[in-house]
Amino acid sequence: MGNVLILAEHRQGAVRDITFEMLAAASGVARDLGGEVVVLLPGSGLDDLAAQIAAYGVKVLVVDDPLLANFNAEKYQLVLGAAIDAYKPSLVMVGHTAQGVDLAPALAVEKDLPFVADVIGLAVEGGVLKATRQLYSGKVNAQVAFKPAETCLVTVREAAFEALEPPGGGAVEKIECPLKEDIAYRQFVEYIEAEVGDVDITQSEILVAVGRGLREEKNMPLVEELAAVIKADLCGSRAAVDAGWLPHDRQVGTSGKTVKPKLYLAVGISGAFQHVAGMKGAKAVVAINKDPDAPIFNVAHYAIVDDLLKVVPKLTEKLKELKG
Amino acid sequence: MKTFVCIKYVPDTSEAVVKINAGGTAVDSSRFSFDINDADNYAVEEAVLIKEKCGGTVTVLSIGPKESEVMIRMALAKGCDDAIRIEDERIALYDPLMVAKTLAGAIKGQEFDLVLTGCMASDDGQMATGVALAEYLGVPHAAMVKKVEMLDGKVKVQRELEGGLMEVLELELPAVLTIQTGINEPRYAPIRGIRAAQKKELKLVNLDDLGLAASEVDSSASKIVLEKLYIPEVASTAEVIEGSDADEKAEKLASILVKGGLV
Repeated sequence: MGNVLILAEHRQGAVRDITFEMLAAASGVARDLGGEVVVLLPGSGLDDLAAQIAAYGVKVLVVDDPLLANFNAEKYQLVLGAAIDAYKPSLVMVGHTAQGVDLAPALAVEKDLPFVADVIGLAVEGGVLKATRQLYSGKVNAQVAFKPAETCLVTVREAAFEALEPPGGGAVEKIECPLKEDIAYRQFVEYIEAEVGDVDITQSEILVAVGRGLREEKNMPLVEELAAVIKADLCGSRAAVDAGWLPHDRQVGTSGKTVKPKLYLAVGISGAFQHVAGMKGAKAVVAINKDPDAPIFNVAHYAIVDDLLKVVPKLTEKLKELKG
Repeated sequence: MKTFVCIKYVPDTSEAVVKINAGGTAVDSSRFSFDINDADNYAVEEAVLIKEKCGGTVTVLSIGPKESEVMIRMALAKGCDDAIRIEDERIALYDPLMVAKTLAGAIKGQEFDLVLTGCMASDDGQMATGVALAEYLGVPHAAMVKKVEMLDGKVKVQRELEGGLMEVLELELPAVLTIQTGINEPRYAPIRGIRAAQKKELKLVNLDDLGLAASEVDSSASKIVLEKLYIPEVASTAEVIEGSDADEKAEKLASILVKGGLV
């Protein structure tokens, strides 16, 4: 009892970072609950991955079966559900990722578990487990308490916790796969790799990024001219790509690219965490947004709070003049 | 083909100052403008596209106040056939599982092939309602869907994973799909559609009408307690460039970028 069970996440033969971040998030909670951290690793051909996770000093329960070769929310739900029945952890952690959001809410309903999604903080106060999450794209925080239950469930936001160095000394234990035959109602077909565009923005030195604040496609020339003057490549938020202003390979964020330019000029980008996750490695960040509470300002080095339709043309003109 | 599309009426807080009430229990939303949740707008379009291709009907389902009927009528104007609005103050709306159970109560007992929802609400951002709804209905699901292709008795979808990777999978019908933004180009409602929408059925129901007891979906049924809301401490260390107008700020920024060797 008191244990924290983490569902390891991996894809195409590699452990995803969220797994190690959840290990960091779990250690304090497990200590406060008087238990230990255990990792459930479902999949096929897992020896290397299991060893990599066990190096974090934890027990890894491996469910290695060809039926689990690729992520399938319905199959993983059966495997995780069986592990909950068998090990009765106090808390189950799943990544708030494309895998986790496809799995966790259904599991919560099936097993009747108290469930909080997309947590960025966890604490045990007076024996009560509490989670912190965000609303309104990060403008509001919420503290949520779990009612007493044998097992609680959370999905954990990517990059909200920092992975620690592996101390070594864990253990790997193979357990039986509860799934005996394939399921017909949901079948994995294939992965389709992301399209490759004309410019690889992950290699760009300077990026001008546009977001919803640009309002209309007819304003695109404003940022195109700015980019031309400072020899920058253009990229954008999900909103800019959804609106068709930019092709998909220019999208920065969790569902797009992770970029590390020396200058990132965010124009009309609010800074939802999905976007910030893709650009926080930039050396210098400039944000122009008329909303003073835009979360992008939390990661910016220089900030202009004003109307970008007025700021950008003047900025372009002045840069042109200064750069001769 | 019978499709339900679940939509939510949400405040636009993208450029608004958000304030919490004195008790820390609710956001003061009196000054916000409300409209359809972004992802739900794409779900409506996808439902109408499927209907145009495969025939059948689309029913709009929403939990929301009287004012949200403007949004529902807009979905009807775009080609949905009828609508059900659920209004009942007893539902624990902060808990997506309670929302999903309520929606399931409105769908259960009816024939359907597909239920579409947006994959995320812009206010709560839990990404949980649609997937939980599938479990309450006892049907398969796929979350964050970026492409839908109807097959015989099945649906083939692409799910958007991290880094632009797509996962292709097939689900047996009926199924629930949570729709990701960018899957299509939501249409504007045609004038003729707006007129026609006024005559389409928009049914108002409460928990009693759905055969749900309040104790199944209220705060006593929810297994979580929303203890408090607060504005997070801003960790910003940004140098805010001041100036009397936009021009002055832009000029200062240009100098900083050039002098700092950033451009």
